[in-house]
This record gives sequence, C-alpha cells and structure tokens, in this order.
Amino acid sequence: MAVCLFLVCLACSALLGGVYVLTLDKINQEVVKKTNNAIALVTPEFDNEPSAESLSVELDGDEITVYPAKKGGETVGYAIESFTSKGFSGTINIMVGFDMDGNITGTSVISHAETPGLGAKMTEPSFYSQFVGKNPASFRLAVTKDGGEVDAITASTITSRAYCDAVDRAWRAFQKVVNSK
Amino acid sequence: MSKLRIITNGIIKDNPTFVLVLGMCPTIGTTTSAINGMGMGLATTFVLILSNVFISMFAKMIPDKVRIPAYIVIIASFVTVLQLLMQAYVPDLYAALGLFIPLIVVNCIILGRAEAFANKNTPLDSALDGIGIGLGFTLALTFIGLVRELLGSLSLFGMKLGEGDGMLAFVLAPGGFLVLGYLMVIFRKLISKKA
Amino acid sequence: MEYLIIIISAVFVNNIVLSQFLGICPFLGVSNKVSTATGMSAAVVFVITLSTLVTYLLHYYVLVPLGIEFMMTIVFILVIAALVQMVEIILKKISPSLYQALGIFLPLITTNCTVLGVAINVVTKEFTFGGEAHLLNLGETVVYAASSALGFGVAMVLFAGIREQLDLVSVPKAFKGTPIALITAGILAMAFMGFSGLV
Repeated sequence: MAVCLFLVCLACSALLGGVYVLTLDKINQEVVKKTNNAIALVTPEFDNEPSAESLSVELDGDEITVYPAKKGGETVGYAIESFTSKGFSGTINIMVGFDMDGNITGTSVISHAETPGLGAKMTEPSFYSQFVGKNPASFRLAVTKDGGEVDAITASTITSRAYCDAVDRAWRAFQKVVNSK
Repeated sequence: MSKLRIITNGIIKDNPTFVLVLGMCPTIGTTTSAINGMGMGLATTFVLILSNVFISMFAKMIPDKVRIPAYIVIIASFVTVLQLLMQAYVPDLYAALGLFIPLIVVNCIILGRAEAFANKNTPLDSALDGIGIGLGFTLALTFIGLVRELLGSLSLFGMKLGEGDGMLAFVLAPGGFLVLGYLMVIFRKLISKKA
Repeated sequence: MEYLIIIISAVFVNNIVLSQFLGICPFLGVSNKVSTATGMSAAVVFVITLSTLVTYLLHYYVLVPLGIEFMMTIVFILVIAALVQMVEIILKKISPSLYQALGIFLPLITTNCTVLGVAINVVTKEFTFGGEAHLLNLGETVVYAASSALGFGVAMVLFAGIREQLDLVSVPKAFKGTPIALITAGILAMAFMGFSGLV
C-alpha cells in the first residue's frame, strides 16, 4: 500500500521535474518579452536593444532599472521600470517612457493585482493615455481630489493615487539619470 | 451507453455548473469576462481529461485504502503541469486567473468524476466523460462571463460595444452570485420544458 | 494596530467568501441550519490556522531553499490532507466531545478551497496593510489565516440565519434551492461591499 503510494508520488515528481525543466527557458523568455514589449510601447522609436544596455539607479534605497532608447547611437529617451506599493492590493509595476526633454511618452502596466472592473481599469487607454505628452516638471502628478491634474478612475482613487506615485518615482529616477550625465 | 451520449450527458443532463452545482468558486471568481471564463473552463477541462484517463488506467493497481491520496497526487501533478505551461505560453491569462489555477486541485468536479466515473470505466470512455463535463463547464463559464461582461462593462470578448462603464456591480462580487442564480433558474425552466 | 487592520480587512472588507469567492461549495452546501454552519466554521478556523502555519514554514524553510517553489500546489494539498487526518485522529483520542461536534465536518475540509487558497495566498500575494504592500511575516500570517477563517464563519452563520427564514416562505419552483440561495448571497455580498472604505 505504502509502496504503491510512493510509486505514484515518484512518477508524478519525475513528470513535474521534466515539465519544469522544459518550460523554464520559455517562462524566462516570456518575462523578457513582456519587458521589451512595455519598453517599445512607451518610448519613442529606437533602433538599439534597450534591455541589453539597461542601467540601474538607486532611489530611496530601491534599485530602479532604466532602459535607454537610442536611435543612430544617440539617446532619444528612457524607459523606466517603476513600481508602487501603495496600490489597493499588492505592488503595481509599470514602465514609464520619457523623451530627452522630460515629457512622458507613454506608460504601461507590467503587472498588478488590482480589482477587475475597478482598479484594473488603469490598463485601459482612457486612463493611461492622459499622461502622454505631459512634463512632470510642470504637470502636477496627483489626482484632482488631492489638488493635482490627473483624472482618477471612477471609484478607484487608491489605485489612481498609486499610479501617480509610480509615475513620480520614474520621474525622479529620470532626473537622476539625466543629471548624472 | 453510446460514446456520443457520454459527451452530451456532461453538457446538459449532468451539467456541472447548472445541475450538479459543483466547482462554484472558479465559476463565480473568474467569470468577470467571457475570455477569463473560457480560459478557466479550458484549463479545468485539460486537467479533467488527463486525470480521468490516468486514473482509469491505474485504478486497478491502486489499493482501495490509499485511493483518495493517490488521486489527489495525480490531480495536483497535472495542475502543476498546467501552471507551468500557462506561465510559458499564456502568461497574461495565467495572471488574470491567478489563485484559481492552483485551486483546480480542490475543484470537486475533478475528484468527483474520478470517483464516480473514471475508476469504473475504460480510459477511452473516461476521456470522453472528461471532454463532456469539461465542455459543459467551459460553456457555462463562458456564458456567465459573457453576461457579466456585457452588463458590467458593456463589452463582448473584450470588444467595447458602447460608451460608458456599464453596471459595475456585475463585474464585482455581488454580480457573480446574482447572474449565476438567475441563469440557473433559466436553465431549469428550459430543461423542464424539454422533459 | 496593524493586527487590528488585518483582522478587520480579512473578516469584513475582503471577506473570503463574499469578495474573494473561496469556499462557496460549503457556503452553499452546509448552510441550511445555523447550528451546522457554526460547527463547520469552528472546524475551518481550526484547520486553516494550523495548516497555514505549517505550509508557511514549509514554504520558507524547505521549498525556497531547495528552489522548488513550483511544487507548492502538490506539497500544500498533501500537507493539508495529512493534517486534516491527523487532527481527526488526535481529536478522537483527546476530546471526544469536541470530536462529536466537529468530526463530521473534518473530511469535508480537505476539498474546501479556502484552506488551500489561504495557504497559497500568504506566500504568493502581497498585502496592503497600513499603506505599504509586502509579503506577510510569520505573526501576520497566523493572524491573517485565523481572521480569514473567521470571516468565512461570519458569512456562513449570517447566511444560514437568512436561509432558515427563507425555508418558511414560498419561493417560485424554478428558484427553489440553490438559485434563491445564490441570489441571497449576491445581496449579502452587496451589503459587505459597504465595508470597502473601512481600511
């Protein structure tokens, strides 16, 4: 009886180990692909491979990854992988793109665990497109309720505030990168 | 019982959602949109077919006393295989369904079919039963998702049909219970008319 | 203070049944009478707290060091199944009266998805208690597990109370049984949404 159960467990573990090894590469590739897609979505046109030239900036004790987008060898903008821990449920990771003047060229959510139908609406263009073309130097990155200029998602003020926090973090990282040059 | 009959049984007479009322957690938890509902249904079908086939193949070799733990190990392994495959090939859907993928292990439908069908029938019949029940589950989930998506966010399979937000409550928790309740009433009415 | 936030959040705001959709099978299945609902809830509180503690330790001290987190689902369900069996045997020996009260519910708990759900949640999901999202530590895990289970109990007992009343009224034939229970649960879930601004 025990032998039989042991054999079943052994066979199943062997199966799992096999599938794990087979899918490991593909899973890692997907993660890289997701990052690359997000970079392409938020930055101006580029012809280099930003993920191969990434650099990291220290901000408030966290490492922020910055991907430079270059065209013809000249830097045309940065994609910055930012995050916020102020979301409604869990960390929200977003990619924020800037051109060299500090204008936001786009924002894209990489991962989140917000409520479908509420906070998850931040992945819809009606929310994230309002950041495009804005320069945080003059644009107040806060929801209108807090005296800022960002239109919050209906019934999801916490998520909207968190999004502003993440974009602001990216902005501070951007300034650090630009000033250090 | 004819082979076709095994399949149609799972869709209408033994429909896991509307008739047997099994696996309610993913039914309500993942049907915020038609795509998610369909994804959850197909994921469950995958595990159901494989576990049905394997359990019917090995049922005679497993002593009766350790049968349930052995089934759980087999089911849990296929669920983990599914988790890995989904992470590799459909990461977005995997992220959307979240916790409910590992929870397929404790979905009563799967252990229920192993006990009620797979351990007494041939692997082929068990596979067909898995397809039928899985299809019934998938159809039910897709339909619930469709209704909730339409009412809650005014879209169909992710395509926006009109401006505005729709009735938000249908995408949130209460809508799940309400839509399932009313659909069950309609299903019962239709079935009783036929009979 | 933080523990208080966890308790309120897990019992009311993110109620495991009414807003996270876990444990709906027992919620619909054994909620016909307040007394059985109470018994089931007590058994669930006991098992969830214990099993989450064990799986938490197992995850951080065995699975993570070995780099086999992908085995989580299978390891956790086996631990839970074994634990439920053990609790049943020990309870039978030590306290026959408690066994009488909880015993019949114990076998049902292995396939109660709240148990596996909470166990997986505490090691994979980040929680926002007091502003910052983070993974739970040991103390928070125990409090969270116990209060999630308590939330299950609150929902169960409330719902059983409503269903006892529901038995006395005449309901259209097609609505009898599960459908009317689901619709009632929907209204209850709507009421629980009122807690959402609380923390």
